[in-house]
Amino acid sequence: MSFAIAVLLLQDGITNGAIYVLLAVALVLVFTVTRIVFIPQGDLVAFTGLTLTAFETGTVPGTVWILAAAAAIALAMDLMPLILRGRLDLAVRPLIEMGLIPGIIIALSLFAVPREASLLWKMAATLAVITALAPLMHRIVFQPLVSASPLILLIAAVAVHFGLTSLGLHFFGPEGVRTPGFTGPSISIFGFQFTQQSLGVIACSVLLSAGLYAFFSRALTGKALLAAAFNRRGAELIGVSAVGAGRRVALIAGLVGAISGLLIGPTTTLYYDSGFILGLKGLVGGIIGGLAGYPFAVAGALLVGVVEAFASFWASAYRDVIVFTLIIPVLFWRSMVAPHHEEETE
Amino acid sequence: MTMLEVDQFSVRYHSVVALNKISLRVEPGHVTTVIGPNGAGKTSLVNAIMGLHDYSGTLRFPFAPDATRTTEARVKARITLVPESRDLFGQMSVVDNLRLGAYIDRYQPRNEREGRLKEVFRLFPRLRERQSQLAYTLSGGERQMLALGRALLLRPYLLMLDEPSLGLAPLIVAEIFRIIQTLKDDGVSILLIEQNARAALKVADYAYVLENGTVTLEGKASDVANNPRVLDSYLGLGHKG
Ligand SMILES: Nc1ncnc2c1ncn2[C@@H]1O[C@H](COP(=O)(O)OP(=O)(O)OP(=O)(O)O)[C@@H](O)[C@H]1O
Ligand SMILES: [Mg+2]
Repeated sequence: MSFAIAVLLLQDGITNGAIYVLLAVALVLVFTVTRIVFIPQGDLVAFTGLTLTAFETGTVPGTVWILAAAAAIALAMDLMPLILRGRLDLAVRPLIEMGLIPGIIIALSLFAVPREASLLWKMAATLAVITALAPLMHRIVFQPLVSASPLILLIAAVAVHFGLTSLGLHFFGPEGVRTPGFTGPSISIFGFQFTQQSLGVIACSVLLSAGLYAFFSRALTGKALLAAAFNRRGAELIGVSAVGAGRRVALIAGLVGAISGLLIGPTTTLYYDSGFILGLKGLVGGIIGGLAGYPFAVAGALLVGVVEAFASFWASAYRDVIVFTLIIPVLFWRSMVAPHHEEETE
Repeated sequence: MTMLEVDQFSVRYHSVVALNKISLRVEPGHVTTVIGPNGAGKTSLVNAIMGLHDYSGTLRFPFAPDATRTTEARVKARITLVPESRDLFGQMSVVDNLRLGAYIDRYQPRNEREGRLKEVFRLFPRLRERQSQLAYTLSGGERQMLALGRALLLRPYLLMLDEPSLGLAPLIVAEIFRIIQTLKDDGVSILLIEQNARAALKVADYAYVLENGTVTLEGKASDVANNPRVLDSYLGLGHKG
C-alpha cells in the first residue's frame, strides 16, 4: 500500500469515525444518565436520511406518522392517571410537551414542506421530526421502567429497535437512499485534499462533542443530569426529577442522532435497517472508552472508523467482522487494567 | 402563615402501617421537633411530606399551595429535606454537590449563588478545605455537613432535618445544633427529627412525641421536656445525649 492510499484511507476513516464519535457520545450520555444502552440511536440516524429523502421527493415521510402515533400514546399515558385522580390542573405541561409541540412539527411537515422548498428548510423539518421522537420514546417505553435493572432496560431498547425497524420497512420500503450534502471544490490543507463534505462532518462532530463535553463538565444544568444518574433521590431533593433528566437526555440524543443522520446521509446509503450496524459501531467506540469516559469514547469511535476504512481496503467483505472483532482484545485489555467498580451506594 | 399542616396523615409500606392518622403543624420561624424511638415512623413522615413516598390524608403547605404536586414543586417553593440517607452525589466534588443545591436558581446571577456558597463555607470551614474531594471519600461527619450545606444553598423557607446529629461526635453535634439555632434566628422554619431529645427539645419551640406510628404527646418544647414520661424514656439516665 502506498503512502498516498494510506492517507486517503485515513481521511476516509476519520470522516466515518467522526460520525461514530457522535453516536458514541450520545450512547455514553444516555447510558450515564439513565443506564439505558440506547440501541435505537442508530435507527434515529437512519430515519433521518429516509425522512429527508421523502421530503425531497415531496411525499410525507412515515416518521411523521410515527411521531403522531407516539405523541398520542404518550399523551394518553400522561393524561390518564391525571383524569383518574381528578388533577387536571397538572395537565398543562403534558399537553404542551406531548400535544402542542409534536402537533406543530407534524402540521409543519404535512403542510409547510413542499417539494420545491429549500434543502435547508427540509433539513430543519427533518431535524425537528427526529429530535421530537426521542423524548416520546423515552416517555412511552423507558419512563415506566425508571427503576428497572440495566438488563431489563437493554431488552426494552432492543425491542424498541426492532419495533422501529419494522415501522421503517412498512413506511419507507426496502430501498436505500442517499441524501444531498455539502458540495463544492475540495480544499487543500497541508497538501492533503479534503472534500467539503468530510470537512463539514469533522467540524460538526468536533463542535458538537466539545459542546456536549463542556455542557456536562461545566454547566450546572449538565451536572444536574449527571446528579440524577448518581443519586436519584438526592437529585429530587435539589429539584431535578429522574424522569425529567431522562427525557432531557433523550432529547439531546435525538438531536445528536438527527445531526449525525444529516452528516452521514450523503456518503452512505441508508436503508430502513441501517441503524443497527451504525449504532453498534458507535457502541463499540463507546465500550472501548468504557461507556464512561468522554474523551475515551471519542478516541474509541475514531479508531473504529479508521479500522473500518483500512479493513474495507484489504478485505472489504469482512470489514464489519473486523471492526466487531476489535472489541474482543480491547475488552480483554480493559478487564485486565480496570479496577472492578463496586456499585456506588451514595 | 403556617408553613406545614398534616392531618389524618398515614403512610404504609404494603401491609406495614408506618404512620397512622397523625396531625402536625409547623409554624413560621419555629423549630418543631419530632422525637421518638427507632421505627416510630419519623423518617416515613418527612419522606412522605417531601413527596418521596405515597401517603393518605391531608398535606398542606399554606404558604405555597401548589407545592404538594411533586417533589420538584416543593423544592421550587424552597421546601427541602436533609434525608437520613444523606443522598449525596458520590462521584462529584464537594463544591459541585453544594452548587447543585442552588440548582433551581440557576438562572439567577452567579455571584448571588457564589455568595451562598461562601456562607456555607463559613459555617463549615472543613468543606472549604475539602471542596475538590469527591463526596464519597468524605468521613461520616463531613457527609452530614455536606448534606446540610447542600440544603442551605437552596435558601430554604421550610427545612426538614432527619437526624442531623446521627453518629456524630459530641463536639460536632453541638456545632450542628448551633447552626440550627442560627437558621432559626434567620427565620427559617424547621422540622427537626431527632433521637437526641435533650438537644432537640432545647432548640425547639414545639415538640411531638411519635411512638409506633401515632403521636402520643405534643406541646411546647419546654413542657414536653418536663413531662415525667419523656423525662423517663427519652431524657432519663443512661440515654445518650
Ligand atoms: N421501604 C420500607 N418497606 C417496608 N417497611 C418499611 C420501609 N421503610 C420503613 N419501613 C418500616 O416502617 C416503620 C417506620 O420506619 P421509619 O424509618 O419511618 O422509622 P424511624 O422513626 O425513622 O426510625 P429510626 O429512628 O430508626 O430512623 C418501621 O417499622 C420500618 O421497618
Ligand atoms: Mg429514621
